[in-house]
Amino acid sequence: MIAEAGLAALWFAAALSLLQMGLGWAAVRPGNDNLLRLVRPLAVAQGLLAGISFLALIWLFLETDLSVKLVVANSHSDKPWLYKFAGAWGNHEGSMLLWVTVLAVAGGAVALLERKLRKDTLIGTLAAQATISLGFYAFLLFASNPFERSPVIPIDGQGLNPLLQDPGLAFHPPTLYFGYVGISVAFSFAVGALVTRDVGRDFAQAMRPWVLGAWIFLTLGITAGSYWAYYELGWGGWWFWDPVENASLMPWLAATALLHSVTVLATRDALRAWTVMLAVVAFSMSMIGTFLVRSGILTSVHAFAVDPQRGSFILMLLCLYIGGALALFALRVSTVREGAPFRVVSREGSLVLNNLLLTIILCLVMLGTLYPLLTEAFGTKISVGPPWFNTVSAPFALLLVIFMGMGPLLKWRKDDGNKLLKRVAVPLLLGAATALLIVIVAPDVHLLPMLGLAVAVPVALMSLMPLVGRNLRRTPLIIWGMVAAHFGIAMSLAGMASESAFSKEVLVSARPGQVSEIGPFTVRFDGAEPVAGQNWTAIAGRMTVRRGEGEEFVMLPEARMFSDPVTATSEAAIETHWDGQLYTVIGEPDGQGAWQLRLWWKPAVTLIWFGGSLVAIGGLLALLGRVMRRRSARKSVTDEAEGVPGREALA
Amino acid sequence: MTRAKAKTQRLVLLSLAVGAVLVAVFLGMSAMSSQASLFYAPGDVQKMGLPLDRAVRIGGMVKTGSLERLPDGVTIKFIVHDETTSTIPVRFTGIVPNLFREGSGMVAEGRFEPDGTFVATEILAKHDENYMTPQLAGQNMHKSESLE
Repeated sequence: MIAEAGLAALWFAAALSLLQMGLGWAAVRPGNDNLLRLVRPLAVAQGLLAGISFLALIWLFLETDLSVKLVVANSHSDKPWLYKFAGAWGNHEGSMLLWVTVLAVAGGAVALLERKLRKDTLIGTLAAQATISLGFYAFLLFASNPFERSPVIPIDGQGLNPLLQDPGLAFHPPTLYFGYVGISVAFSFAVGALVTRDVGRDFAQAMRPWVLGAWIFLTLGITAGSYWAYYELGWGGWWFWDPVENASLMPWLAATALLHSVTVLATRDALRAWTVMLAVVAFSMSMIGTFLVRSGILTSVHAFAVDPQRGSFILMLLCLYIGGALALFALRVSTVREGAPFRVVSREGSLVLNNLLLTIILCLVMLGTLYPLLTEAFGTKISVGPPWFNTVSAPFALLLVIFMGMGPLLKWRKDDGNKLLKRVAVPLLLGAATALLIVIVAPDVHLLPMLGLAVAVPVALMSLMPLVGRNLRRTPLIIWGMVAAHFGIAMSLAGMASESAFSKEVLVSARPGQVSEIGPFTVRFDGAEPVAGQNWTAIAGRMTVRRGEGEEFVMLPEARMFSDPVTATSEAAIETHWDGQLYTVIGEPDGQGAWQLRLWWKPAVTLIWFGGSLVAIGGLLALLGRVMRRRSARKSVTDEAEGVPGREALA
Repeated sequence: MTRAKAKTQRLVLLSLAVGAVLVAVFLGMSAMSSQASLFYAPGDVQKMGLPLDRAVRIGGMVKTGSLERLPDGVTIKFIVHDETTSTIPVRFTGIVPNLFREGSGMVAEGRFEPDGTFVATEILAKHDENYMTPQLAGQNMHKSESLE
């Protein structure tokens, strides 16, 4: 019953999106908002129905309803409830349903909450959003039905990939999707505004909070995913330049560029066409990412199934939407008037530089991700890995971070370059001193990590400088948000650089009682012992660790063996200190009483994710600030209408 | 006047953007030849000769019965083969991924030594039983042959 209800909700949602699309496109004309009263509730209802359908799937997984194919293939009655719950999206069909649900809910939220956007543009936006939804509903209903019944009811399900059986699964995919798919709103705004010729300041001010919202989720999702890979895979790495990671990084880069260009448009009415273009590009990156991950072209833990039909379906949708939006852009770009002019040395100038550098990095990541697919089509197999990505993207990323520190110190319209240099002289000297110190104290540190630290230190300082000379209590939340986000980037960079510059690694074959030294720690291996969980058994290596003369503590890395499906995984034991993490993994026994142990001391590695979280928090502060400012602006308008002196009058 | 100025500015910005993309692609492609690693199956080594000057990837099946551990306890040796008669001897120091075993497919990154031994710096993990790197997919080697 539940399965049929979920499927019915999905069909209804698809029908509503067809109606929303038809009505919307039929009604959309500059200055005409007749049908908004119809389109708005349609979008909300569509979001609700998609949500119901998704809840139905979660219900089926929690119940372990074995009459449903998807549950049989991906769940098991013995699984802890959290993984039954999160297992709903730990597979192809379920994750696509989550994708579509976020798309529909985002559309519903726009219909419900957006009051600033011109009404005719809002109709266009909702029509565009429905057009995207419709395609992906079709994909679900015709090529990836999550509610399909299984012909025979087995005794139990086949279980979930043990690597996914981690609390991270409950958090990482939904967060990432809210960002990934939430950026569709920016795309629809851009399409709507192109149709009604509404690209300007008000449009940008309306779009900004939505971009910000999606970007916060995307940042959180990437940060969480990186930490998850770090502790779950047991390789001690936090970013592998894996195509699926790149698939999430590309929309983030585009969304970051968009976030900054939309600010220029909202504040100074410049960069009009460019901002619209970026909004289209950002969501196109999300769709390309979905295609790469879900089509089976790439195989990894994220690609649940290989099915060429699905690949071509998504590819078709992708070409349709991106091609359609670009064609519309080409047709209408001449109607988008040029924005306000500005000087090179100005806040606008620095934001243009930010956008150019982000675009370069985006192109490089895309090139590195797609190039192996291209060459393989011509018969040469190559792999583009970390050496390439680090070499080509790091110089631009470092430049970007330096300008990120300087940009907010410039005035809008025009500023004096010499003044800026005077203001940043101290931080720049500090950076040079850092570089010098590293070269003297640790001469064998590679160039990139050294530069990373030499950039991170001054930029952290520079990012705080917009607060200098302000009354901190009266500083707007938006400024705090920017400062926090920029400081977070510097912090994250410091973590990355320090991890790759100062990590220590030891690999030993240890007998019980054997002592190893790693960084400031002494690790004594006490032997291996069996342990068991709800659906796994494991061998845990007991290590007694001591830092210098400090207290002893115990670490227990495990080699786990899961039942259903039978799979071995290794669970690293990680001990966090204020200045870094000790990361331990147990390998195989040699059959003569010794065990392989791998130990890492990673100084300051936690800064990477603290920094990432701070970036997201900064985004949240800015969003709160925007929403509050908008609300008080609206209040003062109504106050004036009622004859009460507004804020402007009092000020 | 300002309109004309704005037009010029748009033109400058446009050419900057196009320039940026071109620079990115150019730099990326020129680094590709030195930084990307080519993929070799055992049969390819015979055909194309040993690539000694750069890091490459190899892939194939771990030959059943070939896996041995060296006395240091952390280094292993094994032989990789494919459907041709060629084989590659591989040496690796480290902890192998959980799904690495004899008779199963694997991909490793590293360098060849002049004697033809491949010294792996990294053995790529399979995330699960169904996972295979794209390079192996075409070779029909993702299925374990240990069931023979």
